[in-house]
Amino acid sequence: MKYGVNEHGYYGDFGGAYIPEMLYPNVEELRQQYVQILNDPGFKAEFEQLLRDYVGRPSPLYPAKRYSEKYGANIFFKREDLNHTGSHKINNAIGQILLARRLGKKRIIAETGAGQHGVATATVCALMGIECVVYMGEVDMERQAPNVSRMKMLGAKVVPATSGSKTLKDATNEAMRDWINNPVDTHYIIGSVVGPYPYPEMVAQFQSIISQETKKQLLEHTGNELPQYVMACVGGGSNAMGMFYHFLDDESVKLIAVEAAGQGVESGHSAATTFLGREGVLHGSRTILMQTDDGQVVEPYSISAGLDYPGIGPQHAHLYKVHRAQYVSITDDEALQAGLLCSQLEGIIPAIETAHALAYLEKMTFKKDDNVVICISGRGDKDLSTYIKYFGY
Amino acid sequence: MNRLNKLFESKKDNLLSIYFTAGYPELNTTLDIAEALEKAGVDFLEIGFPYSDPVADGPTIQHSSEKALENGMNLNQLFEELIDLRKRVSIPILLMGYVNPMVQYGIERFCKKAAEVGVDGVIVPDLPMYEYENLYSKYFIDNGLSNIFLVTPQTSEERIRKIDSLTNSFIYLLSSSSITGKNLQVSNAIENYYKRIKAMQLKNPAVIGFGISNNEAFTKACEYALGAIVGSAFVKFLANDNYLEKIPEFVKSIRP
Repeated sequence: MKYGVNEHGYYGDFGGAYIPEMLYPNVEELRQQYVQILNDPGFKAEFEQLLRDYVGRPSPLYPAKRYSEKYGANIFFKREDLNHTGSHKINNAIGQILLARRLGKKRIIAETGAGQHGVATATVCALMGIECVVYMGEVDMERQAPNVSRMKMLGAKVVPATSGSKTLKDATNEAMRDWINNPVDTHYIIGSVVGPYPYPEMVAQFQSIISQETKKQLLEHTGNELPQYVMACVGGGSNAMGMFYHFLDDESVKLIAVEAAGQGVESGHSAATTFLGREGVLHGSRTILMQTDDGQVVEPYSISAGLDYPGIGPQHAHLYKVHRAQYVSITDDEALQAGLLCSQLEGIIPAIETAHALAYLEKMTFKKDDNVVICISGRGDKDLSTYIKYFGY
Repeated sequence: MNRLNKLFESKKDNLLSIYFTAGYPELNTTLDIAEALEKAGVDFLEIGFPYSDPVADGPTIQHSSEKALENGMNLNQLFEELIDLRKRVSIPILLMGYVNPMVQYGIERFCKKAAEVGVDGVIVPDLPMYEYENLYSKYFIDNGLSNIFLVTPQTSEERIRKIDSLTNSFIYLLSSSSITGKNLQVSNAIENYYKRIKAMQLKNPAVIGFGISNNEAFTKACEYALGAIVGSAFVKFLANDNYLEKIPEFVKSIRP
């Protein structure tokens, strides 16, 4: 694959495994074993069976009639929101729990922002009967309270991250510290295409089922497996990478990644990483991140907890740098309006993360026959209180 | 041969090294603290430059880093504070911190500047061996800086040998696989690990760090290595009033 990873774990200038020695054996174990495990027919069969019978895949590719009329193109929603647990995060969680079991791990840790990955991880741990600890920023625990309760009900222990901005980046730090302290029996299920190699590649592969299905479904709907546009929101970037994956080498397909501008890119309250970031090292990989001139990580802001992250995955940094994908941004207000529009035009209440991708439709001009796929990465149940507060329902 | 090599040639046991975060508890005290530690008999020092996301550190060093950043510490400020380093301090000095601030400062520029003020070596826990060897080692070597690698109980023998070949001063042996600031519990497994390293007869001596917070842990570590490094316990101590005056007392509590 032209945009794939090289033998040292790099996508162009980005990636690698910038980790302290304490994590080296864990990461090295994964690096040595994941390819073999993922290619094992037994693993594949179990993964596919769980995706079908437990997650409910394939997720539909829905031709969004009223959206198509409004925006003057054929707009398709890839319905990851219909997955069990309500988002794309479950695809990766299933893959990694099966991997962890084959590695003989007895305990699972995870970080979570919006709580979607935490819920997905708690779910698969319940399914497999494995102990589960989820780190979540204290601020996020408040704004995504329903997901905290869900994780607890599923039997997971939720540990608040109380350092820094008390959001996703800090939850990730705490999970890494836990892994350092528990190197032998614990597997860390990273929820996005971030972290040291092989995580970005592994998570992208588990999420690539999204674009794999899309191609087939698009062929059925339109007679062509390639659309003109593929769009997704980007925090760390796992739904976007899954949505882009099988289109990367089809250069005619325009890939659009939508970041969270928060209160505006220049407002000082934003999470638009490619606009505000520079190259550096975050959470184990060389990537683009928001930072001060001194290399201190800047605390990002977005109304959407799932996009409130100061970096992007290294493969995204590469796609950005070589202009394979276009990175754009959407403010809190634009996203919330788009969430309302989608609810009322299509009867689908999207996650606020997803609403960022939907909002960007307003800024595009399409030709009549353009086929456009948007990843509906998650459903909005967890965001109801934010929507309600904003719109006063 | 830098100051570290000379020290290891002249002194063969019970070496005590102290870590502290520059800019904590206040700015412009780096050399005062370093000088006081040298006077109290400490053999070499690690001066930490703070980072916003120190994943290998426990609450004590996290807190000191946060505070130091609030105080305005950064690499420019640190090198500024170190201008008179070699007028006031003669023991070996290492800088320790995470890679991203170095990347933003420029790794070549960082190495030049460090050598210029009289630093002897650098410890960067999240700078991987592959990147060091292929991209950055020339800057360290050209500037006479030792790059110190960490080794944990899980590090393979093959990797330890590789580390031994890439460095030229000492190997930083972690007492256990953990973040900083946990108290060391010496178990049979750890003793076996120390013995295993000793039996490898590496070209570099080993110094033990992480979890060394009192005389008992220090003494135990010195049975198996050239010496030991105290970090979190000293950073915690710096929260005391008049800490400069009390430094001799602290050092005595570790190594009477």
